[in-house]
Amino acid sequence: MSALHPRTWARFTMRQRLQRYGVLLACALAVAWALDSIDVIWPWVWDSPAQMADLFGRMVPPDATNLPNILWVLLETVNIATLATALAVVLAVPVAWLAAQNVTPNRATLWLGRLILVSSRSVNTIIWALLFVAIFGPGIVAGIVAITFRSVGFVGKLLGEAIEEIDRRPVEALEATGASKAAIVAYAIAPQVMPTLAAVAILRWDINLRESTVLGLVGAGGIGIVLQGAIDTFRWQEAATVLLCILALVIAGEIVSALLRRRIL
Amino acid sequence: MLKIADLVKRYGTGEPVLKNLDLTVEGTSIVAVIGSSGAGKSTLLRCINRLVEPTSGSIELNGVELTSLRGKDLRMARRRIGMVFQGFNLVDRLTVMENVQSGRLGYISTWAAITRRYPKDDIARAYELMERVGIAQYANTRADALSGGERQRVGVVRALMQRPEILLADEPTASLDPRTSEAIMGLMRDLAHELDLPIIINIHNVTEAKEYTDRIVGMRYGRIIFDDAPAALDEDAMEAIYAGSPGADRAAGAQAA
Repeated sequence: MSALHPRTWARFTMRQRLQRYGVLLACALAVAWALDSIDVIWPWVWDSPAQMADLFGRMVPPDATNLPNILWVLLETVNIATLATALAVVLAVPVAWLAAQNVTPNRATLWLGRLILVSSRSVNTIIWALLFVAIFGPGIVAGIVAITFRSVGFVGKLLGEAIEEIDRRPVEALEATGASKAAIVAYAIAPQVMPTLAAVAILRWDINLRESTVLGLVGAGGIGIVLQGAIDTFRWQEAATVLLCILALVIAGEIVSALLRRRIL
Repeated sequence: MLKIADLVKRYGTGEPVLKNLDLTVEGTSIVAVIGSSGAGKSTLLRCINRLVEPTSGSIELNGVELTSLRGKDLRMARRRIGMVFQGFNLVDRLTVMENVQSGRLGYISTWAAITRRYPKDDIARAYELMERVGIAQYANTRADALSGGERQRVGVVRALMQRPEILLADEPTASLDPRTSEAIMGLMRDLAHELDLPIIINIHNVTEAKEYTDRIVGMRYGRIIFDDAPAALDEDAMEAIYAGSPGADRAAGAQAA
C-alpha cells in the first residue's frame, strides 16, 4: 500500500510557493511606495515625545470647575445618540425590506434599497454633519440627523442580510395556509429577524455614542463643542477633564450595551 | 373531491418531474403516496396547493379549478388546503398558540394577526384541537422548546385550524423516531375519520403506509404505476416501484424519448 504514496510531502507546490512570495513582495512594494509618496516632516516626528510630555504637563491636573456644564452637555451627547439610533432603526426597517433579495417587491425596489444603503454608508458621519450644519444651522438637530443618516445604512444592511438568511420553511408553511404577504412578514419573517434587529440596534447605539462625541468639532452639537472650545482657548486642563468624561461615557456605554445584549439574546 | 388530470411539471427544460399524471381522491379516504426519492411525490403535493407551479394539466378541488388561480383567489383556495411538513416548518420563536393561530392567517385581518387579537371561536377551536392531540398545556410555550412529536402535533393542529377540505402531508413522520412516527400516523388517521377529512400522505415507510391508510399510490419517476388497496401491494408491486434508481430511470426515459 505504502509504495503507492510518495515519501515526501509538501504543503504547497513550487508554483504556489512562488505565487505566495510574489504576493508578499507586492505588499512590501505597496508599503514602500506609500511611505515614499507621503511628505513626512521627520523632525516633527522625532520631536513628538517631547511635545507629548509638554502637552501632558499642561493637562495635569484636570480642571473640574466647569464639570457641571460638561456633564450636562455629556447627557445631551447621550441623547443625540439615543434619538438618532431610534430614528435610524425606524427608517432602516423599510429600507432593509427593499434591499433584501427574498422579500423586495421587484428589481427596481431592490436597487433603490441598495442605493440608499450604499449612499448612507459611504459618507462618514462627520461629512453628513458638515452637510446638515449647512442645512439646519449649527446645533443638536444637525447632529441627530447626521448620525441617523449614517446609521440607516448600517442597521439596514445588517437587517437586510438577516432577512435574506431566514429559514424559508415557515414562510412556505404560511404561504400554504393562504396568508397574505403582510401576514407572512409579521408571522414568519419578523420573529426570525427580531433578535438580530435588537442586537444591531444596541451595537449601533454604542457606536453612535462615540460618534456623537466628535460631532461638536463641526458644530453639530454634543460634547465636542466644549472640547473644541477648551482646545481653541488653550484651556488644556479643562480639555483633559472633557477627555476623561468621554472615556468614562464610552466605557459606560460599552457596559450598558453588553448588559442589554445579554438580556435580549 | 380532488381530481388531478393530465398534470405535467417540468423544471426548466429537462425531463418532466410529473408526466401526464391522473389521480382522483374521493370521500374521506387516506391515500399514501409511496415511491423512491426523486419520484415526484413532493412536487405532486406542492402542485396541489401551488407552492409549485404546474406546467400544464388540471387540478380540481370540490369543483374549483386550482391551476388558473391568481392573487387573492389563490390565497382563498389555499385556505381550504391544509399542509403538514417533514420539518414541521413552525416559527420557532413564536408560542404554540401563535403557531396554531397562524393557520387562520388567511381568514383574519393582518392587524388582528399582528396584535394577536384572535377571534374567540378560533381560540376555542385551537384549545379543542390542542387538547385532542395532547399539547394544550404548551399553549404559551415557545415552539422550539417542544420535542419532535409535539412539534409535529402543532403542525397538524395549525393545518386543521384552516378547517381544510383536504390535508396534504409531505413525509410528516420522516423526521421522527419510529414510536412517535406511529403515534402521529395514528393521530392523523383518527382525525381524518373524526373530521371527515381526506388526507394525502407522502411516506417512505411502507409498513406504516399499509397499516394506516386506505389506499396506496405508487409513483415511479413522475408516473403512477400502482394504485390499489394496501393489501394488494405485494412483492412484485414493491419491486416495480422501488427497483433501480431514479438516475437509471432517467437514462431509460431519455433513450425512449
